[in-house]
Amino acid sequence: MTTEIPRYFLEMTAQEVRLSGLLLQEHFGDVVEKVGTRLIRSGVLTLRALAYETKLPLDLVKKSLCVLMQHGMCLFGAGRRGPAGPVEYRIISERILHMLRYPRYIYTAKSLYGDTGELIVEEILQRGQMTMSSTVKTVADRLTHNMPEGQSMDYSEVVSAFSRLVETHFLQRCPPTASAGSSSSGAVNTPLPAVKQPTEPEEHPECYKLPYINLTGQGKRRRSSEDGEADQRAAKKAKTDDSECGDEGIYWQVNFQRFHLHFRDQAIISAVSCKLDQTSSEIVRTMLRMSEVTTPAHAAFTQALSANEIFRALPSSYNIARPILDQYLTLLVDDPMEFVGKTGDSGGGMYVVNLHRALANLARATLESVVQERFGSRSARIFRLLLRKRHLEQKQVEDFAMVPAKEAKDMLYTLLSENLVQLQEIPKTPDYAPSRTFYLYTVNQLPTARLLLQHCYKTVGNLIERRLYETKENKRLLEKSQRIEAILASLQATGAEAAQLTEVEEMITAPERQQLESLRHHINKLDSSENQVDETIFLLESYINSTQAAR
Amino acid sequence: MAGSRGRGRSQFTFNVDALGFGRGDSLPTSAHTPSPLFPPMQFKPVPLHTGEEVDYMLALKQELRASSKNLPFHIKAFRTKTDVARYSDKYQNGETKNNCIEWSPDWSRMPKELCIKVRKPRKTGAKPQLTKKTKVAAGKEEVLQKLETLEKREEEQHSEEEEDEGKKKQNEEEEEPDADQDYDEEDLEDETDYIMSYFDNGEDFGADSDDNMDEAVY
Repeated sequence: MTTEIPRYFLEMTAQEVRLSGLLLQEHFGDVVEKVGTRLIRSGVLTLRALAYETKLPLDLVKKSLCVLMQHGMCLFGAGRRGPAGPVEYRIISERILHMLRYPRYIYTAKSLYGDTGELIVEEILQRGQMTMSSTVKTVADRLTHNMPEGQSMDYSEVVSAFSRLVETHFLQRCPPTASAGSSSSGAVNTPLPAVKQPTEPEEHPECYKLPYINLTGQGKRRRSSEDGEADQRAAKKAKTDDSECGDEGIYWQVNFQRFHLHFRDQAIISAVSCKLDQTSSEIVRTMLRMSEVTTPAHAAFTQALSANEIFRALPSSYNIARPILDQYLTLLVDDPMEFVGKTGDSGGGMYVVNLHRALANLARATLESVVQERFGSRSARIFRLLLRKRHLEQKQVEDFAMVPAKEAKDMLYTLLSENLVQLQEIPKTPDYAPSRTFYLYTVNQLPTARLLLQHCYKTVGNLIERRLYETKENKRLLEKSQRIEAILASLQATGAEAAQLTEVEEMITAPERQQLESLRHHINKLDSSENQVDETIFLLESYINSTQAAR
Repeated sequence: MAGSRGRGRSQFTFNVDALGFGRGDSLPTSAHTPSPLFPPMQFKPVPLHTGEEVDYMLALKQELRASSKNLPFHIKAFRTKTDVARYSDKYQNGETKNNCIEWSPDWSRMPKELCIKVRKPRKTGAKPQLTKKTKVAAGKEEVLQKLETLEKREEEQHSEEEEDEGKKKQNEEEEEPDADQDYDEEDLEDETDYIMSYFDNGEDFGADSDDNMDEAVY
């Protein structure tokens, strides 16, 4: 793959571009992948330029852009030649990488709002944006399908789950696009804003306002017995006749930032729980819950809360005495991880959760853990030493880390070659003579975190490619097993005898079965690894964004 | 500098101990080949997380992958058949056509230039429309397209007219069929006695092998 340097700015690194391409291909196919990757590499392009550079037919490019825009991954706006010129398109790079995290968003919605919430978020994620009424109908139908015969899911229940998701800001309205697609008879080109700045959804005042919709009824059960095909077709048909419901034109999308704040809080709470104990983590959870609405997105710490308020807000299942709470708070403040800080003495003591500090500590723990698992615990000791002491000479490293000289040298050089440790020269004389220069080893947390993040992107890319390879190698076998399963399913549906079923099952030989089993095992492992690496990606990204916002 | 050559011969300008080996020792062996592709690891990786949450997310991930292949957002390029025209072409369902989009986005939120025909799945029993609603044709593209639609058995509904740049676009969308009506592909579209798979002339067999797409998802 040739890496080009875009004309204006390099927004994505090579690994990010590669991963984005793989994700686009997985979800939307080769065509969209070509278009998306081209846009990422070239920055901003017009439709014609895009078609020319991808060598794809114009219609396919149009379709791909529609898909990308539907999913909020692409923006359009007036080009460099102003409103009279052709429209230009721009990719929102981080939105593509969020596709890796879709299972986590859906699982979180399930844990917070049950199956209904889970399906709402899943539908909106898969379709990019939806109106409230079509979401409600689709989700009600899906839930009804899983219910026993005769029962069905009422729309009002789905509406209430949707409302709760909006109230807690997990869903938000799509920002209005300044499209000139109004069907007024005058052919006036309304001027489009420049494409550089995407409008923040939260700038729109009605971002979280629920529309009044006129929607009553219950989910419908599909009567077809061929569930497989019916599923496909029902999935293809998005329910679009919402003209009776009164909310046409109002589209909802998932608010990723809100989910990320939730993940960040979860990470902090589980870190406290691991480091201290369950009660401390409950106190921190209460503090975070209380300051959910008042804390801006990239704040370094929450609003100050008094101990009295915290005591009142604790969940009733935790009836600890007031002095015990004070002791716990003191413990949290004194802990070297600095999760909680004390900012005053009024109201029994004013406490804040140090969000940025907590993220930095979590990132640091991640870096240390990586070094430990890759290079051993003594290298990790040296690494931790350098993180804390900043700059050390070789001799000092050997002494402080209590590692023999030769091994310390070896480990330092290994870490140096991996770019985890840097060498800083401080000359005593202007001629940089080696005998008269200090050579100091140092670790900088932020650049090292960035480096590790790129490694993570590369890892996920490798995992995906390996999975594609494994699937491709066994394509014939997989297709055969799918055909046999389809035959079995149709036989069972028409009430076949057991003898017939076993006869069909035996069409797959025992070694083939074993091969299928080991293939399934490999693919599960690769998929699970992707999910796990994504957790690290999230932590490092949060730390890097938080640090950049703090500057 | 030349004068000190004799005196300072055995001295280096830096501390020799820092090199890691003393004088007279043999140098470390040089590498003859590139390092191995999969070197044996000194420290084995930690096993993956397990648990209910992990399993559920794994299942979610695989389901999402499988279902996203069936959504209309998954765009496949239409391969033009360069062979001779066959009788069975009449009964092939013209599924993937480049100039139609399989879902209906909200065109008011998209730039005008992206507007293309929306293709709706046909209801059973409805006769294919061979006569199109006549619209004012403008431009060569219009005529060519008309010929195209009249030639083949159509499933699309003509929902808009294509225009050159600068002209207004109007979008007509037909009402979607009722959700309960099942679209049965096995049924006839035309007046034949055979199911549609009878007309499968095997051209698609092996045609997808040059793609890098995995069709079977585990």
